[in-house]
Amino acid sequence: MKALPAPSGDLCDQLPAIEPERQVTDWGRSERVEGLMDATIYEFLYTYWFRCEVEGIENLPAEGGALLISNHAGALPPDAAMITKAIKEEHPRPRPLHLAVEHFFKGYPGFSMLVSKIGGIPAHPANVQRLLHDEQQLVLVFPEGRKGTEKLYKDRYRLRRFGRGGFVEAAMRAEVPIQPIAVVGAEEAAPVFAQMKLLQRITGLLYFPITPTFPHFGLLGMLGYLPAKFRIRFLEPIPTDQWGPEPWNDRGLIQTVSDNVRARIQEELYEMLAQRKSVWL
Amino acid sequence: MARRVLLTGLSSFWGGRLAQELERDPAIEVIVGVSPQDPTCELQRTEFVRVGTQHALLRRIVQAAEIDTVVDTRLIVDSVTAPARATHENNVIGTMNILAACSGPDSPVKKVVFKSSAHYYGAEQDDPAFFTESMQRPHPARTLLEKDVVEAEKAVTAFAERNDEVAVSILRFANGLGPALRTSHSALLSLPVVPCILGFDPRYQFIHEDDIVGVLEHATKHDLDGVYNVAADGVLVLSEVASLLGRPLAPILPPWGTGLALAALGRLGLRVPPEMHNQLRYGRAIDNRKLKAAGAPLRFTTRETVSAYAEHLRVAAIKNDNGRPYQYEREVEEFLRYSPSVRRGA
Repeated sequence: MKALPAPSGDLCDQLPAIEPERQVTDWGRSERVEGLMDATIYEFLYTYWFRCEVEGIENLPAEGGALLISNHAGALPPDAAMITKAIKEEHPRPRPLHLAVEHFFKGYPGFSMLVSKIGGIPAHPANVQRLLHDEQQLVLVFPEGRKGTEKLYKDRYRLRRFGRGGFVEAAMRAEVPIQPIAVVGAEEAAPVFAQMKLLQRITGLLYFPITPTFPHFGLLGMLGYLPAKFRIRFLEPIPTDQWGPEPWNDRGLIQTVSDNVRARIQEELYEMLAQRKSVWL
Repeated sequence: MARRVLLTGLSSFWGGRLAQELERDPAIEVIVGVSPQDPTCELQRTEFVRVGTQHALLRRIVQAAEIDTVVDTRLIVDSVTAPARATHENNVIGTMNILAACSGPDSPVKKVVFKSSAHYYGAEQDDPAFFTESMQRPHPARTLLEKDVVEAEKAVTAFAERNDEVAVSILRFANGLGPALRTSHSALLSLPVVPCILGFDPRYQFIHEDDIVGVLEHATKHDLDGVYNVAADGVLVLSEVASLLGRPLAPILPPWGTGLALAALGRLGLRVPPEMHNQLRYGRAIDNRKLKAAGAPLRFTTRETVSAYAEHLRVAAIKNDNGRPYQYEREVEEFLRYSPSVRRGA
């Protein structure tokens, strides 16, 4: 998150009207592809494979924008899909969730098509601002980013640095609450045993992990998740309108809030891990 | 309020259509159109003056006709239409000269409307999903045409800063599409299949040709000071465009070595200009809300624009256009305008 988004002013009412004939949104999200994924892979993983258990879904605001913050793990992380599915299945008023993805995805053929079709958007501050503030949507951000998915199995559930606090600034500017989420299970579902720097350079991938099924089963091996039990907990949302006007100018405050969010998710993770009797059941 | 208008690029599609629209408004006293080529559409009271590509002698016309509004529609936004050098002369040197003609302490010009292009933003991997007017491209321009557009706009911005009393509007147009408009995009979309890069489904935004003219007219008649993005509502992905056209999407371009494949296609007669390459890969969309808030008329959404083009394509093969294209003939035009034998005021 480098450049600051331009202030949107009162242009929200100039947003284009929804055309009911279309199945794709202006962001490139496709109802059909998403529906297909949702009915097959997501459904299977959510219900049978990971047997997701969701707590505190009532904490997620039923309307207005919200910035969802979660821990992140796994070579090809299943956590985003499971959070999307959890909102769809459990929330009384399900809404589409947009996932902020590093813009690298736009460079990979195939992947670039698929990610935007199922709700991924490039993690640009202007995109997050438009979705949260102007369109009042839900956006999921993994502030750990690549550092979270790169980390090895031995470092599981130890949160990495939360970027530079860009997500706090984004929520403040958009005047939407921050919704922390703690996810347990993703680390065991797709454990990473090692990172091959050299192979990463040769293949040009973001990283080259060694997992139980990758690379020896090929790229599809990235999808070979172990059946760990998933627990997703939605924590109390943190309102961002409590610090007076234009709080984003205070870098110290942003840092503090960012650290607080990180600490809350970390605490929650430790608690959930302490209560967990089995990784698999 | 514009009364005495000078139009550059009269022979371009946009210039000609705009002149036709402005002619209908009796409040506009004088319309002078300049261009290096002959006009391509029929005009009633617009006066045509042929100038060189560099528009060097424009100042004398501006002074003599006491022009208060200059509408610059001459920018070349498709590098297939002219060689690189001519494009540079027209886009950069031409802009410089036109601005020079408008400046000076005794200049009668109160307003400049500059037709720019969304190529100003380029199309890159780390772009925002919607460019707003205050944003700049994340990387320096890659292609000659994009460099020219950026440079021309820089000159216009500098002009606006130096001349506070002149209202300058810069309009950044998305790709135009319509039955009468010939662009590289319309050529690509009129093929039996819509070529795309394997594994990419770029986001596209078009603006209907009538809306291009409507927005230019709005900017000429009203005060739109500053920079405005001009695009239709709605952003389609290329696969959606193809299905609206009723044509299959053909991923014939490889994701690696796309430039080479496109060069080979160029040999076969389908020229895809370099500024389109990244658009075919990453796509681009611009935020038109500032323009809509300024009250500019936009009648078509992107989907409607593409549908209208699809309808045109379906009948174009069947409809035999018997009418000969308009041919400018100076003597005839001058006779009709100035001869005492012609009865006017009817």
